[in-house]
Amino acid sequence: MSVYVNKDTKVIVQGITGGTAKFHTKQMLEYGTKIVGGVTPKKGGSEVEGVPVFNTMQEAVDQTGATASVIYVPAPFAADAIIEAVDAELDLAICITEHIPVLDMVKVKRYMEGKKTRLIGPNCPGVITADESKIGIMPGYIHKKGHIGVVSRSGTLTYEAVHQLSEAGYGQTSAVGIGGDPVNGTDFIDVLSAFNEDAETEAVIMIGEIGGTAEEEAAEWVKANMTKPVVGFIGGATAPPGKRMGHAGAIISGGKGTAAEKIRVMNECGIQVAETPAVMGETMIKVLEENGLKEKCKTH
Amino acid sequence: MNIHEYQGKDILRSYGVIVPKGQVAYTVDEAVEAAEKLGSSVTVVKAQIHAGGRGKAGGVKIAKNLDEVRTYADEILGKTLVTHQTGPEGKEVKRLLIEEGCDIKKEYYVGVVLDRATSRVVMMASEEGGTEIEEVAEATPEKIFKEVIDPVVGLSGYQARRLAFNINIPNELIGKAVKFMTSLYNAFVEKDCSIAEINPLVTTGDGEVLALDAKLNFDDNALFRQKDIQELRDLDEEDEKEIEASKYDLSYISLNGNIGCMVNGAGLAMSTMDIIKHYGGDPANFLDVGGGATAEKVTEAFKIILSDSNVKGIFVNIFGGIMKCDIIAEGVVEATKQVGLEIPLVVRLEGTNVDLGKKILNESGLNITSADSMADGAEKIVSMVK
Repeated sequence: MSVYVNKDTKVIVQGITGGTAKFHTKQMLEYGTKIVGGVTPKKGGSEVEGVPVFNTMQEAVDQTGATASVIYVPAPFAADAIIEAVDAELDLAICITEHIPVLDMVKVKRYMEGKKTRLIGPNCPGVITADESKIGIMPGYIHKKGHIGVVSRSGTLTYEAVHQLSEAGYGQTSAVGIGGDPVNGTDFIDVLSAFNEDAETEAVIMIGEIGGTAEEEAAEWVKANMTKPVVGFIGGATAPPGKRMGHAGAIISGGKGTAAEKIRVMNECGIQVAETPAVMGETMIKVLEENGLKEKCKTH
Repeated sequence: MNIHEYQGKDILRSYGVIVPKGQVAYTVDEAVEAAEKLGSSVTVVKAQIHAGGRGKAGGVKIAKNLDEVRTYADEILGKTLVTHQTGPEGKEVKRLLIEEGCDIKKEYYVGVVLDRATSRVVMMASEEGGTEIEEVAEATPEKIFKEVIDPVVGLSGYQARRLAFNINIPNELIGKAVKFMTSLYNAFVEKDCSIAEINPLVTTGDGEVLALDAKLNFDDNALFRQKDIQELRDLDEEDEKEIEASKYDLSYISLNGNIGCMVNGAGLAMSTMDIIKHYGGDPANFLDVGGGATAEKVTEAFKIILSDSNVKGIFVNIFGGIMKCDIIAEGVVEATKQVGLEIPLVVRLEGTNVDLGKKILNESGLNITSADSMADGAEKIVSMVK
């Protein structure tokens, strides 16, 4: 078991003929992901890494029976690519692209209301279910199969957390990057809820950063609904206010969105927060022990 | 991206928002000439810097005649204004806005922002104009009214009317206020703003509704389709190293410490600053080289870090995903070849192509301290610069 993706998920790569997409198509195939097709307008009929390329998403879905896509399309055209995936009635669209204009995402999100597709991202590393399917850009080798769920606003911090867990012998179910943009398709609560219902997942690590109030809302949700222990980390405790720290969403404005406030609320809601990014794994192991889950979650 | 008040007012005017007549001036003579042309009984001389709080810092003066315009322009131009938004070093005034004065009846606040909680654009309005909206939100939150806007239909007439009624715009001016708000929303959406704040919006003795101040910020991610906005960029308002970094699409922010950081990914870059502080050090910058960086970009990033004379050591912290470790290694080697390296360098590599990256660094002959983990690297660089 896992969340969102597994070994049977059939995936289309949108924008497959671009340099980054080609590289990661190869990496995903090597990991074992079922990449069944790609889409690049006007490149239909060609192949990338042995994968057939189509002109449109509808054609790709009709020909391959895919239910998911991963989007590497450049930012000016990425909103259109997401809408195309939605109209092709996919279950899941994962958008890796960063720097999409935020007003494009406001429209996309409005368009998606009432539609069946779940969007993950944009500006995210993707989703991986260890040893089954890797859809995105994360380095596959750090992931080990196990019982910890990982959800994060930051790609590289996800890798950091996964690496620490794997090194210590604690495998993961799935790792989900929800992305660093202010408007995204899937939020912390969606993913926490999926992990809560997943039979294999025993505990979750939630990695946030400064800006907005998504972590506070998620913490309140955890307190009210979550039956499994949650460990947290917040990046940007030392960031100066008013500056956009790389991610469009990572900005402290009007005194709102500080790390201190997020950590305070998380602690209040029973989430133990790692003091530094170097001890995310350690903190999880400590919490597993406190909950009598340490043996069960030790996988290798 | 930020622009000046006078530029913001020009944009708003083109969308039908009423703003006072005015003109930019770079010299005292230009200021007097502009005031003469306006011919108003009262003229406002306003410092143009990318920061709020100008009035309190002495950057806004009311002149009753041309001599006073000359006096004030002379006083403000070249002056360094220190406000709550400039930092202690302040900002030097190089441009003035010379504007006609107006007969203010009452001041209000109207702002348009992205609301992250609803993923929609929101228009906010308040009767408490002239003060910082954050202060109003703190003291009297019931005095702020919000309308969440559906991107399909835009700001509805009834929503604008409801805001106008809620903030007690007099009945006879409701129509003008609605037009003002609708035009403001259109400007926000069509120009890809991230903030459009009118504080204050004023009603005047002669029955106008106009924007006495205007703060427009723009979504950097949308500048590719806003060429005219890009041209309004004022490099005098930006940090030199940040300008250099932006040429290479690097996300760089200057800080006050002495440990230069080169990291991939915004989350990891922020956390690298955090962990350096945790071990008692002080980061000199935030730098995210991004996902698709080439060796050339990495070289430039490294050179920018080295150009900061405060930097006494560098910590490269990479966890490759979309970024490949070998590209980082090549960039670091190339940069040190070009500009030399006299200070300690700690490198931590992990992730995509990590073995290749380590090999390149090992064979380079550079004096590099390698680190096994983020904590190890942070501890090492902190102890080396002490």
